[in-house]
Amino acid sequence: MSTSTEPEAKGSAAAEPAAPADRVGSGTRLAMILLQGRTLIVLVALVIMFSLISSDYLTTSNLLLMSKHVSITALLAIGVTFVILTGGIDLSVGSISGLAGMISGGLLYEGLKLPGGDTVWFSTVMVIVIGILIGAAVGAINGLLVTKLKVAPFIATLGVLYAARGLADLRSKGGTFPNLAGTPARHNTGFNVLGGKSWIGVPVAIWIMIVVAALAIIVTTRTPFGRRVYAVGGNERAAELAGIRTSRIKIAVYIISGACAALAGLILTSELGAAYPDTATTYELNAIAAAVLGGTALAGGKGSIIGTLVGAFVIGFLSDGLVLVGVSSFWQLVVKGTVIVLAVVLEQTQERVKTRMTT
Amino acid sequence: MTEPTDPAETPIASRSGTPAASDAAGTPSTEPTALVAEEITKSYGGVHALRGVTFKARTGAVNVLVGENGAGKSTLMKILSGAEQPTGGRILLDGEPVEFPTPREALAHGIGIIHQELSLFPNLSVADNIFAGRELHNRAHLTSVAEQRRRARSALARLRQDIDPDTLVGDLPIGSQQLVEIARVLSQNVRILIMDEPTSALSNAEVDVLFEVMDDLREQNVTVIYISHKLEEFRRIGDYVTVLRDGALVAEASMDRTDTAWIVQQMVGRSQDSLFTRSASRTGDVLLAVENLSVPGKPTPLVDDVSFNVKAGEIVGIYGLMGAGRTELMEALIGMRHHTGTIQVDGRRAVDGRVSGRLALGLALVPEDRQRDGLVQALSVRANLLLSTLNTLTRHLLLSPARERRVATGQVKDLRIKVPGVDAQVTQLSGGNQQKVILGRALRTDPKVLLLDEPTRGIDIGAKTEIFRIMSDLADKGLGVLFVSSELAEVMGMSDRILVMARGRITADLPRGEATEEALVNASASTTVMKVSP
Repeated sequence: MSTSTEPEAKGSAAAEPAAPADRVGSGTRLAMILLQGRTLIVLVALVIMFSLISSDYLTTSNLLLMSKHVSITALLAIGVTFVILTGGIDLSVGSISGLAGMISGGLLYEGLKLPGGDTVWFSTVMVIVIGILIGAAVGAINGLLVTKLKVAPFIATLGVLYAARGLADLRSKGGTFPNLAGTPARHNTGFNVLGGKSWIGVPVAIWIMIVVAALAIIVTTRTPFGRRVYAVGGNERAAELAGIRTSRIKIAVYIISGACAALAGLILTSELGAAYPDTATTYELNAIAAAVLGGTALAGGKGSIIGTLVGAFVIGFLSDGLVLVGVSSFWQLVVKGTVIVLAVVLEQTQERVKTRMTT
Repeated sequence: MTEPTDPAETPIASRSGTPAASDAAGTPSTEPTALVAEEITKSYGGVHALRGVTFKARTGAVNVLVGENGAGKSTLMKILSGAEQPTGGRILLDGEPVEFPTPREALAHGIGIIHQELSLFPNLSVADNIFAGRELHNRAHLTSVAEQRRRARSALARLRQDIDPDTLVGDLPIGSQQLVEIARVLSQNVRILIMDEPTSALSNAEVDVLFEVMDDLREQNVTVIYISHKLEEFRRIGDYVTVLRDGALVAEASMDRTDTAWIVQQMVGRSQDSLFTRSASRTGDVLLAVENLSVPGKPTPLVDDVSFNVKAGEIVGIYGLMGAGRTELMEALIGMRHHTGTIQVDGRRAVDGRVSGRLALGLALVPEDRQRDGLVQALSVRANLLLSTLNTLTRHLLLSPARERRVATGQVKDLRIKVPGVDAQVTQLSGGNQQKVILGRALRTDPKVLLLDEPTRGIDIGAKTEIFRIMSDLADKGLGVLFVSSELAEVMGMSDRILVMARGRITADLPRGEATEEALVNASASTTVMKVSP
């Protein structure tokens, strides 16, 4: 349920439950169910394990804190999932987070300095919108590089990874914008709501994640655009021949990825109360790992937003759990790496079992 | 050399004294058999792919194995080459029971297989390909390049091919690649060669070369097992024919005791006449008008200044050899290829070069290569069927799965597509049904002119008949149908008018009545003909 390969897979299971059941033993079917839900099972197992070791783990406050951490990875991973579904990859999301944070942070801290010596100030909402638009614009550059100049996605977004980080540094010449509180007269207070405030007991960052995830699920499963994303990733030539404007779809997914990354960057900056250019460095790797853990195929065409969400939770809950029980940060990396590779091994086992069931 | 059409000349055929042609499984054991598959059964879960098939391959003969898709040919060959294990029965090699747990084991016993899809490395040289996985070493355990080159040359010489062993395989024409693959298998001391539809990608000239090679192999006492869908071809080359249907052996005979009609009847249980269902309908206005269309290419244009039209209610067939520019013409028409010249559909001129624009104009293409250009394999039958027309299915910008299912189910019924359910993954379907899914997708765009590129390639006769019937029905409804085919019988049986292409040009435009086999074949090679006799 967590990692089903694509929206259709659920439908087919519901439409003809009897056919495979006749031919395959119940053992194989059980194995299939366990494999399909593997990431969710791992998540539940992690929660049980850590709550046995530490009584502080399974508390409302800790769960909320961990989920807030997860929300950053999840936002990045949702965007990246769109790109991976088309068969691409986006390495630039961490840098886009950093750049969007610096642009928005700069606007709050010192405004926009015009050449004539004047300074323009924007309201908080405008600042947030501008930050997200910056992310979308960088995403559009990724998309244009991939579609118009035919640069391989890995290379194009690697280039943008460096360039966007460099631009983030340039914005403050490497320094930090320390105070983002704003002043009421300029209508730019309240930026701290994104990362620091709660609504009915739940941090705003988690609400944002829920809304973005819900939108992403609807877009991927219930809109023509979503279906086209899967088609482009599944077989680009066939998609083109079916009348799909594949370049448009690809540019669009990089824009979505960039916008999601910018939103994550703004939340991080808001949480910190200061904008510094190294924000979210290497976060792209967490995002890709979450998508892969959630069953998204790097070759494209297979995966789901729900899977990615669960993947993000596994990564987040695992890291925070290890910290809580006092495992050294070096071992944390080893464990994280093992889990990711294990997830792919299980995915392949699932594919094998599936083939055995259908042939 | 190539005269297997007269079976009296081949010694094996003349020795066969079988009185009744349809003597199923009862052929006398007087002829030496290299390989016998005895009472082979194979089931996957509860599905029986083979039910007690006893197949004999005569030594030094071309043993043809035919049957519709899903008849069990490929399964049987997989078992004989060690890729699959039988559920029951045994394999006898020269009378001795043998087991092939792996393809390597089968190869060690002298059984080699050439698959429909080539398994060559296009980025490596011919010699490297022939010795891939079993490189020759010198004393320092380095690859002895010179020795490999020498032996590769002699392996190719055995096939009477003068291909430079240093050429990259990817640079060779597909026919030569096929021969390299044969050389690779034969160089491993293979006595029994299994060929699974080796001609599906070859031009007629290349098929001739292949058949010469097979004649040589026969003289070298190599036993060939030959799987094919192409009736005219295997009638030319085969000594024996074995027909499978639904996983069982239905007939076995020496080729000279059979005729085409009999074989088709054995395969499907009806005669070939019912294959083609065309009776010309009344034609109307010009629906597709193409003028001066060219597709640039090097060294000569792929499509060279082509003009023609298709009328309402008309089926126009395009015949030509591989590489004549037929597929390129189709791709230019649908907007997948850059081209010059004008295209008008029902009086409206194509302005942009995109597929979406051409679909809107009323063109739709069923491509030649279904796996590469047609299907999105990871998606369901429903998603594949509706892929071109998603925008017509939304309400408030959202797709409704229930509505999608209803529409897709209707289409599945209309085209009689055999599916476990519209939500089944499209790869679960047979080739013919996959083809119908792509056809269904094209029809859902409500085309005025339907373009079909080799619509019956690699599908069984039952599905072929249905595709032909659908084409006829569409023409009767007033659509224009333009289809490409390499099979003469198909073009002549289905077209109201036949265009022949050669080297990017249209070399003949013949109405049904004037199109003889000879005229078509001559026109398909016309540029060379003109050179020879000016």
